[in-house]
Amino acid sequence: MLDISVTTLQIAKVVALAGEIDGSTAPQAQEQVLALVEPGARILLDMSKVTYMSSAGLRMLLVAYRTITGKSGRVILVGLSDDLKDTMSVTGFLDFFACSDTLDAGVANLA
Amino acid sequence: MDRVDIYPTHEYQGYKFRPGKPFPFGATSVSGGVNFSIYSSHATDCTLVLFEKGQPEPKVEIPFPDAFRIGNVWSMIVFDLDYENTEYGYRIDGPFNPTDGQRFDGSRIMLDPYARAIGGRDIWGVKPDWNNIYQHRGRLVYDDFDWNEDHPLETPMEDLVIYEMHVRSFTRHPSSGVKYPGTFAGIRQKIPYLKSLGVNCIELMPIYEFDEFENSRIDPDTGEQLYNYWGYSTLGFFAPKSGYAATGKLGMQVDELKALVKELHRNGIEVFLDVVFNHTAEGNENGPYISFKGIDNKTYYMLTPGGYYFNFSGTGNTLNCNNPVVRNMVLDCLRYWASEYHIDGFRFDLASILGRDPWGAPLSNPPLLESLAFDPILAKCKLIAEAWDAGGLYQVGSFPAYGRWAEWNGKYRDSVRRFLKGDAGLVGDMAQRLAGSPDLYATRGPTASINFITAHDGFTLNDLVSYNDKHNEANGEGNRDGANDNASWNCGWEGPTDDPGINALRQRQIKNALAMLLVSQGVPMILMGDEIGRTQLGNNNAYNHDSELTWLDWRLATTNAGLLRFTSILISFRHAHPVLRNRWHLSGQDHVGSGYPDISWHGTQAWQPDWSPAGRTLAFMLAGPNARGGAVQDNFIYVAMNMHWESHWFEPPQLPTGLRWHVAANTGVPAPEDAWAIGAEPILEDRGGVLVGDRSVVILIGK
Repeated sequence: MLDISVTTLQIAKVVALAGEIDGSTAPQAQEQVLALVEPGARILLDMSKVTYMSSAGLRMLLVAYRTITGKSGRVILVGLSDDLKDTMSVTGFLDFFACSDTLDAGVANLA
Repeated sequence: MDRVDIYPTHEYQGYKFRPGKPFPFGATSVSGGVNFSIYSSHATDCTLVLFEKGQPEPKVEIPFPDAFRIGNVWSMIVFDLDYENTEYGYRIDGPFNPTDGQRFDGSRIMLDPYARAIGGRDIWGVKPDWNNIYQHRGRLVYDDFDWNEDHPLETPMEDLVIYEMHVRSFTRHPSSGVKYPGTFAGIRQKIPYLKSLGVNCIELMPIYEFDEFENSRIDPDTGEQLYNYWGYSTLGFFAPKSGYAATGKLGMQVDELKALVKELHRNGIEVFLDVVFNHTAEGNENGPYISFKGIDNKTYYMLTPGGYYFNFSGTGNTLNCNNPVVRNMVLDCLRYWASEYHIDGFRFDLASILGRDPWGAPLSNPPLLESLAFDPILAKCKLIAEAWDAGGLYQVGSFPAYGRWAEWNGKYRDSVRRFLKGDAGLVGDMAQRLAGSPDLYATRGPTASINFITAHDGFTLNDLVSYNDKHNEANGEGNRDGANDNASWNCGWEGPTDDPGINALRQRQIKNALAMLLVSQGVPMILMGDEIGRTQLGNNNAYNHDSELTWLDWRLATTNAGLLRFTSILISFRHAHPVLRNRWHLSGQDHVGSGYPDISWHGTQAWQPDWSPAGRTLAFMLAGPNARGGAVQDNFIYVAMNMHWESHWFEPPQLPTGLRWHVAANTGVPAPEDAWAIGAEPILEDRGGVLVGDRSVVILIGK
């Protein structure tokens, strides 16, 4: 199960993901994130309530990254757990992303 | 516009599918589904078996309709599969007639030879359920890694310093301090160490999926669990070992290995794989059915006229590499690793087998070796042969090279070991080895010679100077396994000792070995841990130990900091001096009018080498103006090797006016004066020569 909600925080769109991102939930997450991508978009992906991410989840993040940066936008991952951070680091996915611990720090990084 | 082939045409028990594409073989992601393609020259029927990940029974078995076969290839696109939670295999029916080499058994489920990931041994050392009907399961892989700008480094062969390592041994020891010991991720965390050591290529012992529990057993004397630890026994040639990945339990070993390669490349370090195409994990007629045996036994294996397995590999079976079908599989495999994993080079285990015909006879023009040498995707990959096999073929110097293949130079190892321990009569032979073995590789150049003194097979360098004999009792085979002829010398006591004299001599011998290796023309290869004195307690065949016996103890980097410093300085010396790294053989001639031949040989007296049968001393000089045929400028380098048990006064040749000899290294004096950093070499005060201590090597630089 994955809950997705979209809010706005100052200049940024915040996509809060809660639950597990795997082969069955990643497509829907991807669809919602990509719907927000307009030129120059500033997006925070709030990962603090993500409990598990499969290989499909990692790919969803990278597709989002490539789409957002392709339109001169920026994306920051917020509140990754240590476990997820490790997995992303070891598999090379983390190399692409800026990370922040909190939404406020994320907005500051986007400014 | 949608393609029309994204729509199913058939349905079976709720699974939608349509005829697939024969190319490419294996399981490949296509729009909306997965294309499964498999071939067999002799099968009559084929069924695709799908499992939910980890479940004991299949979720569906879809027989291939007749119309789905083209030639000998069955293919099918299955739609709406959960990519991450699907495991697949095949039931293949055909004749069972062992005397004719046919061993089909449709009651078993076979692993796809082209499987790009294999489940079943996801985490290293977790005991398998032997009742599982399908032990090694094909999994689906996304081949969509984001490499950014990375591509294979294409470092010139002559500039390489290779470091041979076992993935698990490198960081499994608790002292490694890495977050994920014994994994690809662990290596990545140790990249700074590799960089400071100065090696620019790591050669990984087998990383294709293997079963560490193959022939595993408990040693009755010690209670130790013994494994198939080295992994020279492949389950599938396209899949990385899951148990070597910190993320193997998540099925992300493919991404983890690629991320490691990318990071190594970013740090200027190439990656070679030790590949084992001479046999598989299926053993002989008594071995298990895993894949090839049940898919197309007669095609994949070399069989006797009676249907038994030829055993040129010493492991039960021999892959039939010069059968055209198998040859193509090997080529597909290497292309896959070169293109999908950005691998820089391959070392072929028992490569002489790859030059035998389907009946075992050596071929003069082996099509497989030729195909690899001329393949467009592999065009810049380094190809290295272990130029012998267990069937008696020994091809060091004569391996069919096509201008591409290099060899593990076994003669280099043997000559240097014997010279090092003080055997007489090796001076002439050593001159060949130090010069890149022109006697073996006259037309191929020194880069055909991978120079090594130690490798995973045999003693570590520390043990080479600490043991006269192998001590393999812990392997559980009564000390019968492993090589008996090691050309080693224990320096006066068998094994560890407190005798300071013996220990000092051992340190010196290790440094002598490393010094000779790193000033030889050709490509040096260092065994993991030799730079810090790793020991296997005299075990020269530790293939089945997952323990402190095989793990690199990182505390040695502190204990033997002097040796580590010496090694890294000698490596940086090699990198700094192109005159040590010629692409083509030196000639003994002066090509640039410098007044000095490119290489010259000397004894204790300049210009008077001692080629006599009693000789144990040798010196040579490389003339910097002749470096790389005069294409680059370098210093003069003079190396004096005294393997005699008494000191000798060596007189180096006169340098051109204005130049003086400086001391780069002297193994006869204690650290830190045994090696000098680039640019810090002190001048040799005595213009008349240098005293080279007993069993010592001195390296001078003229500038």
